[in-house]
Amino acid sequence: MTTKSEIDPRALEQSPEDFASQWRLIWLAFRRHKLAMTGAIIILLLYVIGLFAEFLAPFDPNATSSSDIFHPPQMIRFIDRDAEGGWSFSPHVIAMTMERDSFTLETSYALDPDKKIYLDFFAKGDPYELWGLFPMERHLLTTENPDEHFFLFGADRLGRDMLSRTIFGTRVSMSIGLIGVSLSLVLGLILGGISGFYGGRVDMFIQRVVELVISLPTIPIWLGLSAALPQDWSPLARYFAITVILSLVAWTELARVVRGRFLALRTEDFVTAARLDGGSRKRVIFRHMMPSMVSHIIASVTLAIPVMIIAETSLSFLGLGLTPPIISWGVLLKEAQNIRSISEAPWLFVPGGAVVIAVLALNFLGDGLRDAADPYSQDNH
Amino acid sequence: MLLVYIARRILWAIPLLFAVSLIAFALITAPPGDYLTTFAATLAQSGDVVDEARLDALRERYGFDQPFIIQYFRWIGGVLQGDFGISFEWQQPVSQLIWERMALSVTLALATLMFTWAMALPIGIYSAVRKYSIGDYFFTTIGFIGLATPNFLFALVLMYVAVVHFGSDVSGLFSEQYQDAPWSLAKMGDLAAHIWIPVIILGTSATASLVRIMRANLLDELHRPYVTTARAKGLSEWRLILKYPVRIAINPFISTIGWAFPQLISGAVITAFVLSLPTSGPLMLQALLAQDMYLAGAFILLLCCLSIVGMLVSDILLAVIDPRIRFR
Repeated sequence: MTTKSEIDPRALEQSPEDFASQWRLIWLAFRRHKLAMTGAIIILLLYVIGLFAEFLAPFDPNATSSSDIFHPPQMIRFIDRDAEGGWSFSPHVIAMTMERDSFTLETSYALDPDKKIYLDFFAKGDPYELWGLFPMERHLLTTENPDEHFFLFGADRLGRDMLSRTIFGTRVSMSIGLIGVSLSLVLGLILGGISGFYGGRVDMFIQRVVELVISLPTIPIWLGLSAALPQDWSPLARYFAITVILSLVAWTELARVVRGRFLALRTEDFVTAARLDGGSRKRVIFRHMMPSMVSHIIASVTLAIPVMIIAETSLSFLGLGLTPPIISWGVLLKEAQNIRSISEAPWLFVPGGAVVIAVLALNFLGDGLRDAADPYSQDNH
Repeated sequence: MLLVYIARRILWAIPLLFAVSLIAFALITAPPGDYLTTFAATLAQSGDVVDEARLDALRERYGFDQPFIIQYFRWIGGVLQGDFGISFEWQQPVSQLIWERMALSVTLALATLMFTWAMALPIGIYSAVRKYSIGDYFFTTIGFIGLATPNFLFALVLMYVAVVHFGSDVSGLFSEQYQDAPWSLAKMGDLAAHIWIPVIILGTSATASLVRIMRANLLDELHRPYVTTARAKGLSEWRLILKYPVRIAINPFISTIGWAFPQLISGAVITAFVLSLPTSGPLMLQALLAQDMYLAGAFILLLCCLSIVGMLVSDILLAVIDPRIRFR
């Protein structure tokens, strides 16, 4: 008589998660998080845009054009019909001509259906040097005739192309977030790590400093610090100075996360075991404690970048952050400061849309990473 | 016990205030040069003759040639007696310029805090109890967008919509006829009619984060055995939720005054600038740009003190409500 096995066959099945490393588990959990995945893709795209700004922008962002002041946005059309009813693939926009009211001197733009401006992919346009290294003149999409212009996002008060400017702003705004966060991460890691690992009086002192910084209203402090920057600094020096100023105030949150994790891990069994096994302090920290903190730190870093981006935008908007000729989203939004120019040219808000998209995507990404990195999170299984 | 805790907490605020005053003074003295160099530069630009001897006399009078620490003690000594120094730009004592603006700033911050609570509490409870309902998703989406929009952008968009679609101007805190009028009931009413726009702009992001905290906390509590017990005993659902889990989940609401207050004050600076409100922000910005150091310093100091006091109040309230904290 053979006894049928009472074991539920499902118990013997092995899911890939049983063998996965911690990183793989995080990845599996993260992939299930749709919003976070979308956020990750958008962020990746934004950084690619920032990286290849010169190539992706149709025109030189600083090229002015007196005949295109406050030129409204145009629609791009891909199919061109000729008079006989045949069609061909050739992207173009319908030209707009400026008209000036002879009495009020108000300018307005009217569509000129007879005149089409043809566009070309990988066409030659304004020359540039990619990353300051490679002289090039091809753009992803620009006008066939270099003397003509098209404005997908409109033009500003000097006739500069808003699309090109927003693309160049992406580079500065997104990188300032990344660099600023790296700086505050270094500060946060060192101070939070010391605080959490040694505890006692050192911890007391660092915690008081953190408390002090947190209780300060950030914007007045930021404003005071950036007002203290000498006016005659070069744009690049100013860029780095602003980054440092932003991270001076923003490191506290990261320090708190690092300290909290250190305190929690210090009493874990595996850390005690490693210490009893005779592991040196360095080995215990870097070989045993660090790997289980990294995922949390990455998540908090992702959530800290949007704060930086908003801070930079706000400072530049007030005129105390970055200043022209640097182009950042905040510098661009400064143009939309008075009610007259925004009611006349609402497309000046476009960089604001970019800020909202970037911040939203980073928030989703950070939330997803945090959930995925937490082994006790309920959504995991 | 509670009194001891409160006393300790207040004593602790004193070194904090001292540190803050040092920071504020360091900030305003940090720019290279002083107001007089800026002043001399503007004079030279407009073609006036700059009298070096007069500048030096002024410098001596204001103590600009003294070392930092002496300047600081002179300044803080004056501040403690209510003398904030002189605004160079306005040629008036700073104390005459700031108080009305500070009062409006505090009013705005308190009104926003009230708004935040009034919105976040019901929405948070609703989102937790009706988890994953359409309403929950709706509020979550709004909350995310609110968190992602910088205050000034929100203010600009509101202004745009008001001007283009309603033809009205939403900037300022008073109608024209009350601008310089003395305080009266009618002026208060006028303030109330104008203040809600900056309150919404400022309050949205704080509301959004509070809703998220409230929702998460309440979700943790809703599955506790005591909730089941209360339900099994036949308590009506809403009374049960409001009486037990909400009372525990509400803790962060009080502690938020601590971190929300500095953020509100901070955000108010920019929003006030965009909407040209007669609060402390715009004047502070102007003073910072003109290196009008005593005026800027007074604002930075007072705004920092305001957030420390906010933190103090929230800690004390928290101790009153939650006995675990005062015994720790």
